[in-house]
Amino acid sequence: MSTPMSASIEVGAATARPQAPTGFWRRALRHRSFVIGGTLSLMVLGAALLSLVWTPWSAYEIDVASKLRPPSAAHWLGTDVLGRDIVSLLLVGARSTIMVGIIAVGIGITFGVSLGLLAAARKGWTEEIIMRMSDFTFAFPAVLSAIMLAAVAGPGMVTSITAIGIFQIPTLVRLTRGSANAIWAREFVLAARASGKGGFRITIEHVLPNVLPILIVQATIQFALAILAEAALSYLGLGTQPPQPSWGRMLNDAQTLLFQSPMLAVYPGAAIAIAVLGLNLLGDGLRDLLDPRLARER
Amino acid sequence: MTMLQQTSSPAELPLLDVKDLVQRYTLPRESMFKPAGQVHALNGVTARVMAGRSLGVVGESGSGKSTFARLVMALEQPSSGSVSLMGRDLNRMPAGELRRARRDFQMVFQDPYGSLDPRQTIARIVAEPLTALGRMDRATLRGRVAGVLRQVGLRDADMDKFPHEFSGGQRQRIAIARALITQPKLIVADEPVSALDVSVQAQVLNLLQDLQDQFGLSYILISHDLAVVDYLCDEIAVMYLGRIVEQGSPEDLFAHCAHPYTRALLEAVPRASAGGTRRRRGAQSIASQSTGATGCAYASRCPLADQYCRDTAPALRNVGTAHLAACHHAEAVMALPPAAGG
Amino acid sequence: MSGSINTPLIEVRDLGIRLNTSRGPAQAVRGVSFSLKRGETLGLVGESGCGKSVTALALMGLLPDSAVVSGSIRLDGSELVGLSDANYGKLRGNRISMIFQEPMTALNPMHTIGRQVAEPLRRHTNCSAAEARKEAIALLDRVGLPDAAKRVDAYPHQFSGGQRQRVTIAMALACQPDVLIADEPTTALDVTIQGQILDLIAGLVAERGMSMILISHDLGVIAENVQRMMVMYGGTVVESGATNAVFTRMGHPYTQGLFRARPRLGARKGTRLQTIAGTVPELADLPSGCTFADRCAIVEDRCRMALPAVVDVSAGHGVRCVRTDVSMAEAVGAVGA
Repeated sequence: MSTPMSASIEVGAATARPQAPTGFWRRALRHRSFVIGGTLSLMVLGAALLSLVWTPWSAYEIDVASKLRPPSAAHWLGTDVLGRDIVSLLLVGARSTIMVGIIAVGIGITFGVSLGLLAAARKGWTEEIIMRMSDFTFAFPAVLSAIMLAAVAGPGMVTSITAIGIFQIPTLVRLTRGSANAIWAREFVLAARASGKGGFRITIEHVLPNVLPILIVQATIQFALAILAEAALSYLGLGTQPPQPSWGRMLNDAQTLLFQSPMLAVYPGAAIAIAVLGLNLLGDGLRDLLDPRLARER
Repeated sequence: MTMLQQTSSPAELPLLDVKDLVQRYTLPRESMFKPAGQVHALNGVTARVMAGRSLGVVGESGSGKSTFARLVMALEQPSSGSVSLMGRDLNRMPAGELRRARRDFQMVFQDPYGSLDPRQTIARIVAEPLTALGRMDRATLRGRVAGVLRQVGLRDADMDKFPHEFSGGQRQRIAIARALITQPKLIVADEPVSALDVSVQAQVLNLLQDLQDQFGLSYILISHDLAVVDYLCDEIAVMYLGRIVEQGSPEDLFAHCAHPYTRALLEAVPRASAGGTRRRRGAQSIASQSTGATGCAYASRCPLADQYCRDTAPALRNVGTAHLAACHHAEAVMALPPAAGG
Repeated sequence: MSGSINTPLIEVRDLGIRLNTSRGPAQAVRGVSFSLKRGETLGLVGESGCGKSVTALALMGLLPDSAVVSGSIRLDGSELVGLSDANYGKLRGNRISMIFQEPMTALNPMHTIGRQVAEPLRRHTNCSAAEARKEAIALLDRVGLPDAAKRVDAYPHQFSGGQRQRVTIAMALACQPDVLIADEPTTALDVTIQGQILDLIAGLVAERGMSMILISHDLGVIAENVQRMMVMYGGTVVESGATNAVFTRMGHPYTQGLFRARPRLGARKGTRLQTIAGTVPELADLPSGCTFADRCAIVEDRCRMALPAVVDVSAGHGVRCVRTDVSMAEAVGAVGA
């Protein structure tokens, strides 16, 4: 049915193996937003790791005598209102920021995606119950749930992470269910059902891989939201407890001195912006790299 | 009981036996105070397919032909009626047994773009009916995939590619390979060529015919195109609003059709020939599925309809050997000069 | 609305269209020429990617901005290639109208059908809202929509596929266009509905003295509905002529292959369909010579050298093939009863 000519062409094309891992990394390193995003994300991660072994000054040592110093050889970015070294605060703060982000988004993804996939796979009452529950959760602002949680468990990092994580679930449930429903309506899912595959296997093998790109991008947005939510909770005294520094707390501490020393707000703000931008670009890059349709053309 | 049948007369047992299949769908409620409406997608369809023979199902949108395909594939539970494959009722099997039974009946879909998961390799797609049955080692699996790919005219090297690297016709070959891999006895094909270009359509139809000759497969071929069904099938059922209105061999149906709807379908096919002048058709109103009219469902479009037709629904009856029609005026329709096809 | 009966209403000379596809720039259409007099009907037949729809979009001035159009398209003697979008907008829906394949996507689901049919009238003529509405009802009535006066305020989803296509036809006809382009108008419809819609279009074309360009992949639809036809493949016209002449004796191997590949009613069981080897080429990688060369059974070296010239095999029946002596040795075609 096919001419010998087209046969020789296709055999030639087939010798170029698409799936080798080296191919993936070569494509990854050529993908601009993946490289930039990856570099920025690695910088934040590196800062957090570095703070475990070394900081220029102690981030916990209060030295009111040398408060609000401008940048100098000793304090590269100056000191804050309590005389703490800004660089050290940023490095240690990266730790809590990454922790809050990863754990809160982890909670959100784990529960949100599972429930969303379940709702799409089961339909009927299961879907109805999951969606109404997530609406109910959505109605409580993160701050309110954090206050309620704090009333029970006491304020602190664990409380704020849990509250932020729970707050993330409804968004991810809605997004996952919506995208998963669209996949369930596709013919290849019908083909899988006709082969005898059950709801669980179809979800794992067909639905999840096809909604993953959307989830990856959304996860980076959720990460940014988590960092900002942590900042807000710290401001209310419900998040990271002093003396543990976090970028959010630094930002809020700087707020009262905004006209006096605006740079105090700029540093943590820039740090948050870098982390969020890095993750967003990384997410975009991953989405492209995981799409087989784009694999060959780049 | 089924066991008894199987042992007593294996030769006469049909491969597929569909009895009085009814499927109703509930419409979304328009008002809280009105009962929800219902659509009768299938209204008592009975059909059987013997091993190695093929049944074509023809009809327009809303005729219930796709619902019929999904019910035969046990993708839905019917409202009533039964679908039996080799004497066993698919809807009464335990889930695990149905899953194993699925190796005997597979499906090919209409859309060669939508029916293959864009994120899986061809090897994974084609192997799916096998992996659904249970674990199998990779080498055996790849060997089986390579085998069916060759049978449909593709190469082993295509295994590690992704669907987007193939044309529509090649994708449909991949879909056919997927259906073949369990060596099924029956393949249900829902409009397998209607999304393909004419020149590619012929290649896929020839392939389906070759595979039937080679493996003694049975097809249930769902199509809106009479010529496609005529090409591949031993028997044709014409469906209209959830019912079979005429059934018989292609020769009987096309030479002397007995139902006015079949005739309308035949006359509507445009003929690719010189001097093809336009034949005027009378305006026809479209009947709806949800109306619970008492008489013949086709009466509102039928040029031969009389009061009796509007009052009494005709039953499917014999109008010749193995030729059935559901029309009070079947004999009058058969007496008309043949509606030549193009 | 000027011009005598014998001057062409629409005249296309050596039309070429370059498009930017995802696989790079592609010559979607090459050397297409035809002319159409008032009241004439022309069919364009071909498979996906043959350039038939791109040609139609070029006539409507609806190609993407990145498309490069060469050659000439004249409507009543005035050049349309290079016309500004604003000026084209005055022609579209007014002097040239188009009917699309998918009536549901051609209609705006948020507007009533009455409003959509009246829209071209309101835009191109200075009639009042009440007049436009009255005219819309008359048009909907003319295209056979039952209860037009009552259903004028209904929304597209409240109609069946065939009825929606009637609505889009009413829209296309609102301003009494000179040229009607119908791009696969019945492909999305059932076969019994297809007949009704084609009857309706044919009736309207005759009644209003319009010229029609009918685009279809279905040889049967072309055979029954147009006076002249062009077969397109890989962006070129491979065969053209009076419909009866082409169907009586097909000249190009592609036209013949397309004709033979169709499953026919009543063909004896067990006969194989004659196929055209290979698949439809992508526009981005067309062969340099005859576009059909890679799939042709009687291909020679000289076929691949350059695009063959059009050979007149009979009066007005042109075939773009250097081997018509071989291809036409056996008569391929059908004459209806």
